[in-house]
Amino acid sequence: MDFDFSADQKMFRDQVRRAMEGACPLREVRRVLESAAVAVSDDAWTALCELGAPAAAIPAAYGGLGAGYYELCVAAEEAGRALAPTGFGPSIFLAAEALLAAGDEPQKSEWLPRLASGEITGCLADASLAPRWPRYARGQLSGAYAPVPGGRAAAVAVALAEEDGGARSLFLVDLRQAGVTRADLVSVDPSRDVAKLEFSGAAATRLGPSGDGAAIAQRIRERAAILTAFEQVGGAERALYMARDYALQRHAFGRPIGSYQAIKHKLANVYIKLEIARTHAYYGAWALATDAADLPLAAAAARVSATEAFAFAAQENIQTHGGIGFTWEADCHLFYRRARFLALELGSSLVWKERLAAELQQRNAH
Amino acid sequence: MDFNDTPEEAAFRAEARAWLEANAPSAWGEMADRNVALSDEQFVAISKAWQARKFDAGYSALAWPPEFGGRNASRIQEVIYRQEEARYAPPGGIFSIGIDIEIPIVHAFGTADQRERYVKRGLRGEEIWCQLFSEPAAGSDVAGIRTSAVRDGDTWVVSGQKIWTSWAHFSDFGTLLVRTDPHAPKHKGLSMFVLDMKAPGVTVRPVKQMTGGSEFNEVFFDEVRIPESQLLGAVGDGWKVAVATLMHERSSVGLGLGFVDYEELIGIAGRTTLGGRPSLEDGRVRERIADMYLNTRALTLLAFRAQTALSRGETPGPEQSITKAVSAAQGQQASYLAMDLMDRAGLLTAESLGEAWGAVSHSWAWGAAMRIAGGSDEILRNILAERVLGLPGDIRVDKTLPFDQLPA
Repeated sequence: MDFDFSADQKMFRDQVRRAMEGACPLREVRRVLESAAVAVSDDAWTALCELGAPAAAIPAAYGGLGAGYYELCVAAEEAGRALAPTGFGPSIFLAAEALLAAGDEPQKSEWLPRLASGEITGCLADASLAPRWPRYARGQLSGAYAPVPGGRAAAVAVALAEEDGGARSLFLVDLRQAGVTRADLVSVDPSRDVAKLEFSGAAATRLGPSGDGAAIAQRIRERAAILTAFEQVGGAERALYMARDYALQRHAFGRPIGSYQAIKHKLANVYIKLEIARTHAYYGAWALATDAADLPLAAAAARVSATEAFAFAAQENIQTHGGIGFTWEADCHLFYRRARFLALELGSSLVWKERLAAELQQRNAH
Repeated sequence: MDFNDTPEEAAFRAEARAWLEANAPSAWGEMADRNVALSDEQFVAISKAWQARKFDAGYSALAWPPEFGGRNASRIQEVIYRQEEARYAPPGGIFSIGIDIEIPIVHAFGTADQRERYVKRGLRGEEIWCQLFSEPAAGSDVAGIRTSAVRDGDTWVVSGQKIWTSWAHFSDFGTLLVRTDPHAPKHKGLSMFVLDMKAPGVTVRPVKQMTGGSEFNEVFFDEVRIPESQLLGAVGDGWKVAVATLMHERSSVGLGLGFVDYEELIGIAGRTTLGGRPSLEDGRVRERIADMYLNTRALTLLAFRAQTALSRGETPGPEQSITKAVSAAQGQQASYLAMDLMDRAGLLTAESLGEAWGAVSHSWAWGAAMRIAGGSDEILRNILAERVLGLPGDIRVDKTLPFDQLPA
């Protein structure tokens, strides 16, 4: 039985943590949050790239480290702990994964090395919630996508679109071309980059077989849900300890508020939810690394439990801080914002919990 | 990560499995049919026979040194043996308190004579043990016990009452926490004894629980005389010994409580209807089932994490202490959902709904009980907050006052 990260993987996690502490303190997150002109933190991204975090799970043949998913998971946990305002998720958990899953040799060779090095970032453009799907015909893509996380800074998009005849497929679009317009969107977390992408006859190449778009996108989202769960666990743990530190320091009625059971039990409950989420994330890491058959169930479990843990930790961090927690100056809202953003970025808990129930129902029918 | 055994672990598992295959069924063949009700005498006899056989083969005292019948095995080997043995649903519950909790404490705090006298026989199941701590007026606040022991020459005279004592009616010995100095502050005036349960003046009476059954007992002491040589640790060291005991208890409670869970609920929801459709299609039902899966699966995975730590020769982390805090409350909630799914018929019991419904009734009653036993939900949260998160202990107004000056 070996259900934990290895000593080397933990060492890598510690390296990423220290690098993030240096390059991405909360004032850097706040700088991105407060300036409309800044989409991402270059300092945070450079630090992640110098350690090879984006390259961790990309094979060496495509410019990656080929280390594997465990390394990518622990890096995600630390990026999450730092609330790093980067395109790590959209670029690596989604775009690079889509290329790995469905790209042909020229596509992988062209894009993966640059995504691995972090020289450029990518994103996933999904319009499946829109009334009309963007259209693809004769090498050109037209239509609008919103919201697209990572879309402001990205150089390349993996986009879902409908072909003539109705087949829905994935396409690769270089975003640095004339047929692409971008508009910034305002989200619950302005420290994360979100855009509307509009294509009018933008040059695009199909990624994977015609008609497989939705199925591939679903697979990618499941894998991304596990990686994002690590981000959420990292953020949740930091929010918990921020609340703990404040509860030790703040006095009311003559003693630290952390000595009252109302606060102690609240934070113990946050800890319980966090550890439940962490174990599901760990199992998800194993499912990712081994391409396990129950990856869809593992992904839904990791997704729902991590979303709940981060939301709970972030909201109770504000509550523990009391009034000061509601101010702009206090950092509590950075966690509250990121928790909600990550809760929605890959689809809501209502959707994922239904998927979890469906997986359980199906498994139980056998 | 790898969910498989290491080669050494696999070898040990194969050995344990082979031994169980050769020995287990014959030892409790009479119990194979679980519906046959055994008399107390039969139950104890079968349990003792199995325990002795296990001990003689070196499996009862795995982690103990050879002089106590063990083989200095690692804790991971103990876990592996228990996993294998669990597949046979073995008897042995009556020894669990002794072997998991009280015997290790006798070994840790006892004199050489006490170890010699009790440890091996306890591990072999020749003698059954119970724990005499809780009292009617001292549950979570166990240091507030009132049962007293007064010195009379080289014996101590014990008077008072304990409650919630599992297996007391079968037990030969118990660890008994008493107050030896009522003038000292409450934690300081305590001492621990090994009590001979057959001594004159000891009366065991079953507690009739809200289930109608009687798994627990009250134990009364009417001027029971205990020789000084039965002291476990020094006079006044009782609290230290008790705390060590409770740590053993908390690590052994919480998994496998036999409560209904998501799988049973999927089954019930598939057979019942809600609003003219199968209940399993109802979003509220699906959400609650999904939530239960998340908790249950997480506790299994947490146990894997503990096993991993043991396999690496490390100590499991504090996250293990969440197990009972999650599983007991969930058992109670799962029983509500099971009953609700039956609609009006849910007010009936296994007498009408069939034997399988017993698990729902069990979860309903024992979910409530297990939220209290072995560290209440509230005490567990205090422990998590204080030991894991480093928050301050509760303010205790009674900590420094002499015990006999506290308001009763």
